[in-house]
Amino acid sequence: MLSLENINLELEVEERRVPILHDINLQLEAGKMYALTGPNGSGKSSVARVAMGIYKQTAGKVIYNGEEISDWSISERARRGIGYAFQHPPRFKGMLVKDMLELAMKYADSANCQVLRDIGLCPDDYIERALDNSLSGGEIKRIEIATLLAQDPKVRIFDEPEAGIDLWSFEQLIDVIGSSHREDATTVIISHQEKILNMVDEIVLIKDGTVSMRGDRKTIWPQIKESAECSCRNDCRLEGEIYADCPR
Amino acid sequence: MLTALDKRLLEEVADLHGEPPGAFNIRKDGKGVERRSLEGIEIKPKTDQPGIDVIVAPGKEGTVHIPVIMTETDLSDLVYNKIDIGRESDITLVAGCGIHNPGSGKAQHDGVHEIIVRRGARLIYTEKHFGEGEDGGKRVLNPKTVLVIEEGGYAELELVQIRGVDQTTRVTEVEVKAGGRLVMYERLLTDKEQTADSDVLVKLMAEESTARIVSRSVAQGSSKQSFNPRLLAYGPGRGHVECDSIIMGQATVRSVPEIWAKNAAAELVHEAAIGKIAGEQLIKLMTLGLTEKDAEEAIISGFLR
Repeated sequence: MLSLENINLELEVEERRVPILHDINLQLEAGKMYALTGPNGSGKSSVARVAMGIYKQTAGKVIYNGEEISDWSISERARRGIGYAFQHPPRFKGMLVKDMLELAMKYADSANCQVLRDIGLCPDDYIERALDNSLSGGEIKRIEIATLLAQDPKVRIFDEPEAGIDLWSFEQLIDVIGSSHREDATTVIISHQEKILNMVDEIVLIKDGTVSMRGDRKTIWPQIKESAECSCRNDCRLEGEIYADCPR
Repeated sequence: MLTALDKRLLEEVADLHGEPPGAFNIRKDGKGVERRSLEGIEIKPKTDQPGIDVIVAPGKEGTVHIPVIMTETDLSDLVYNKIDIGRESDITLVAGCGIHNPGSGKAQHDGVHEIIVRRGARLIYTEKHFGEGEDGGKRVLNPKTVLVIEEGGYAELELVQIRGVDQTTRVTEVEVKAGGRLVMYERLLTDKEQTADSDVLVKLMAEESTARIVSRSVAQGSSKQSFNPRLLAYGPGRGHVECDSIIMGQATVRSVPEIWAKNAAAELVHEAAIGKIAGEQLIKLMTLGLTEKDAEEAIISGFLR
């Protein structure tokens, strides 16, 4: 459905060209769920942003349903079915949650009004709320995820959906991302979370700006266990359940 | 008799579709053209100067529309309106001015509103300004609002300048007595070479008086805006001023909020921010399928809501 072919990316940082991605090759098929994982700063979000058209690759091609879309704008990609939930969603003064959901559904094939309830927010309490600093980080993050669910694109990219979300909501989040995944859609989740890595069909390990390994959980988990788990984890377990609010 | 143009201007500034509900006075090109008083809401023209007196009896509920429209060029209109909201009454008052300047001369409206909200009364006051034209003639609007909120009264002011006003100097002066509450929303958009100056002075006179002033503006093109909201507490009142501007193109925005406590029990806060639309905001909306221009408009219309 979506392929990245020999993608290289350099970004300008403080007037310097900094290499971010090298020779990324990734084929993402319809009906499958993928996790992009890897250390912080390895380039996972940059891969997503190249797919969405937010970053323009320095070399390589982005192919969508057999067609090269490297020159398509962000808007065009969105209208044709690629969607991206930000890791750090921006806030908007004055704009309401319902405005955002309406905009998300404007170009969508189907309308999904239940999205707020699906991610554990009461629509009556939230629909008229402004998307500004009055919302907590966890609330704004959940609304971001609801926005992508409302948009319901063919390629759904969630960038660290669990970041800032409490444990109870996290379980619900996994359920809703899993249950909303369709056979004609591709779901990509950028995450370090073991539970998310467990639910996907394939894990792609990004390291130093390139795909260092891909495979199922059994193959990949031993390779990343060290960095994904923290040394204090056992201290946070009580009768087998994690009880601290752990972002990892 | 109102023309189609008049009706469109009235719709723009006062959201009127046909004859207003409740009491009303419509002023066109410097003259009162239609007026209706109701029992307990009297509207009468002044005899010594241009303008009207709106007198609301105690305990009255209702709506009052007093819009002004201008459809001629080379016209300057100055009006003094006095509005007296009687004790314990609950009134929604819609003012506002729409200018359609058909020529190259100036069309100017200077409106002075003196308002008193008596003890325990409640006033929702909306004033929208709008301008358009055909031949480059300037549209100038200078409103002055002087408001006194008596003990336990409440006033909510919504002061909005929509597009098309070339020059505006806005003066708002409010005195809030004990237990009185003021909420003021100012929303302004300027473009091209337009200028807007807004001076607000709110005095919290005594205990339990409160004020919340929210000013939001968007400056586009080469327009210039200047804000000077001042909040003074003479007694143990509480007040908050928030000025927030989006700046675009070659525009300039100057914001000078002032808080001044003359009583140790007063609590006053001000916040002021000027900034462009954040790139991430545009990108977020573009990932929903909006073009960059549509995304910009969606952000601005939400901001000025």
